[in-house]
Amino acid sequence: MRFPTRNDAISETSLHQISPVMMRFKGAFLLLAGMGLAILVSFLVHRFHVPGALDFPVDIGNPLTDSIDGAVEWLVINLAWFFDAISDNLKIALGKLRDFLVWVPWPVMVATVLMVGWKVATFKIGLASAVALALIGAVDLWEAAMVTVAIMLVSVAISVIIGLSIGVLASKSDWVDAGIRPILDGMQTMPAFVYLVPGIMFFGLGNVPAVIATVLYSIPPCIRLTNLGIRQVDPSVVEAGRAFGSSRIQLLTKVQIPLAVPTIMAGINQTVMLALAMATIAAMVGAGGLGLEVLRAMGQLEQGDAFVAGVAIVILAIIVDRISQGYITSRRRSTE
Amino acid sequence: MTHMNGARGNGASTPAITVNGLWKVFGKRGEKALAPEYQGIPRAEIQDALDCVVALRDVSFQVAEGETFVVMGLSGSGKSTLVRCIIRLIEPTAGEILIDGQDVLQFDDKTVNEFRRNQVAMVFQHYGLLPHRSVIENAAYGLEVRGVEQSERLDRAAAMLEKVGLSGREYAAPRELSGGMQQRVGLARALTVDPAILLMDEPFSGLDPLIRAQMREELAELQSEMKKTIVFITHDLDEAITVGGRIAIMRDGEIIQLGTPEEIVDSPTDEFVQEFTRGISKTRVLPISRIMEPPCCVASQDDSPKSVMQTMSMSNHSYVFITDENQECVGIATKEQIASCGADQQDSLENIDAHQPQAIPADTSIEKALPLIIGHDFPIPVTNDQGELLGMASQSAILEVIAQSAKDNAQPVEPAPASA
Ligand SMILES: Nc1ncnc2c1ncn2[C@@H]1O[C@H](COP(=O)(O)OP(=O)(O)O)[C@@H](O)[C@H]1O
Ligand SMILES: [Mg+2]
Repeated sequence: MRFPTRNDAISETSLHQISPVMMRFKGAFLLLAGMGLAILVSFLVHRFHVPGALDFPVDIGNPLTDSIDGAVEWLVINLAWFFDAISDNLKIALGKLRDFLVWVPWPVMVATVLMVGWKVATFKIGLASAVALALIGAVDLWEAAMVTVAIMLVSVAISVIIGLSIGVLASKSDWVDAGIRPILDGMQTMPAFVYLVPGIMFFGLGNVPAVIATVLYSIPPCIRLTNLGIRQVDPSVVEAGRAFGSSRIQLLTKVQIPLAVPTIMAGINQTVMLALAMATIAAMVGAGGLGLEVLRAMGQLEQGDAFVAGVAIVILAIIVDRISQGYITSRRRSTE
Repeated sequence: MTHMNGARGNGASTPAITVNGLWKVFGKRGEKALAPEYQGIPRAEIQDALDCVVALRDVSFQVAEGETFVVMGLSGSGKSTLVRCIIRLIEPTAGEILIDGQDVLQFDDKTVNEFRRNQVAMVFQHYGLLPHRSVIENAAYGLEVRGVEQSERLDRAAAMLEKVGLSGREYAAPRELSGGMQQRVGLARALTVDPAILLMDEPFSGLDPLIRAQMREELAELQSEMKKTIVFITHDLDEAITVGGRIAIMRDGEIIQLGTPEEIVDSPTDEFVQEFTRGISKTRVLPISRIMEPPCCVASQDDSPKSVMQTMSMSNHSYVFITDENQECVGIATKEQIASCGADQQDSLENIDAHQPQAIPADTSIEKALPLIIGHDFPIPVTNDQGELLGMASQSAILEVIAQSAKDNAQPVEPAPASA
């Protein structure tokens, strides 16, 4: 079979001798040839010690890091009041929440999870969640788990408040939507570690940078799905809302947001899961909790401890996911 | 209503809705389609040339207060665009829409909302109910948006739900109701705000034929009580005739005929309209006055039986219509009845024992008049609004017209116009 292409004219003349099979796999041949050439050149460079081919002739690394250091230092000094305010308030909120969670006796906590799981999802999910939570207590990771939960809850609260607001704005304005889309894309392709950087820069080590990183890491799905959910509301219902003279706010609060709730909840579910993941990783910047247990155990080569703490994290994630998924499902059933 | 304006002299003469030269062109370079050089060019060609859709093309009409105005046309003819322009859900490209003497198109956003809250309400083909709210909360939505206090708006919504036959279902969710029921909620939601104007965009098109007929009847009943100004959209001429007063027929964004059902069935402007009217039996729309004959023989109540007898014999008529001093028909008598009256030595027809059939108003459709005529072996009087005798309708005349209409319908009829 012959493909008429714009190369026809050429093949008539210079490429006349090349067999049709080779024409078909031209791309693959070129790639192989390129790789062969690259290896050959590398080999020759090492064989003949070509100067400058292995070391970069310039190094702008130092000036760059220096200037960033300077900028951050300047910000930290001049906006100290701002960072201090965030840091202080977060510390207070985290501390209070952790103290509270630890203060609640474990049977009460387990019973609460049972009830919530049952009411919000199903009895089975409630029961399984309660048993799983009790297991965490049984392996003496209760306090660590509560610290992780505290970091997660505070971060999720912040993410949801900010995420919902930005999501609503984006759904109302195509400009905002177009503006945040590449930012969100970028955020979601960045590796989790990168999120630890800004926290350390401005807040040093501890639970506060952990919360900052967790918020940054977990906010995109909340924004995206709020935006999507509102935009996806059945246009005929929105039209009816407008026809009866709803103001923009009334349309939003009485029609669009209530109908977008299942989608928004799916976003919040993802936010919660991401927050849990980041609250664990954030042990690397000094956050306490289950992540820290894993890190410590691995550092001391206590595989058993590391494994148990790891499983505790998984259990926590499953409990949170099951309950919130169950809620979304029941809610979706009631609005459709 | 907040926008009442004192300028209107007498309610009957000011139309409730006036639409003048309304255009809507969808597309970036929409205004270009208004240029004179595109006048008379078919819509499809404009679409090819300018890459825009002419949905409304110089549409003008007036709707009187309390009138049910029907807009009919195939899918894509611009009906929905037209009603949505009236309520400003779509911004027209050009033209004027006067409601209560004010140009709706000049309203700013806030006034538009006030206008929607207080003067118009709309019923949608796909109901447009809020799925997360109960039936009663849906019905109360218009009042809620207006800021009416909860207990009052629920009371009013409940009253309206009862009117549309939904009492007992107030706290059901819309999705638990059948289509017909959901549309009743849609209707109740519109009527709860007590609008002067009701816009209905194919409200019954999604329903089963039986439910549909029932809903039409109920709407007619409600309307006879409430006297709203209604703009009713349909793609079905049969429905248009049942529901409406005047009908505007649209094609490709233009009104190609506007008139009463009688005018449309009787004298369609072109083949397109004629095609629509094919399936419609003439007896449904033509009034009885079209087939009535002049009364064969009329006598006053005061006439003497003898003279009446004489006239009848001379003109060779077997029936006489007896009228009183107001020209109202009081009965129909046969020769024998006149004779027996004369035999009783009476000098007038006042006490005659004559047939007293129910008179038929002249604007009654032939179809409706049918049961009143068939089965009597004497002609039935046809009267005007004042009850004065205008003519008579006989069984033979009506059979003739039915036979004719059956013959028309027996011709191969093309499939009914596709539904929207
Ligand atoms: N938002 C829109 N953008 C572009 N074209 C539209 C839009 N809405 C309607 N139209 C077009 O306008 C024409 C009239 O539509 P519509 O008023 O919905 O017709 P109908 O209600 O009679 O079926 C159709 O050809 C339709 O495709
Ligand atoms: Mg339509």
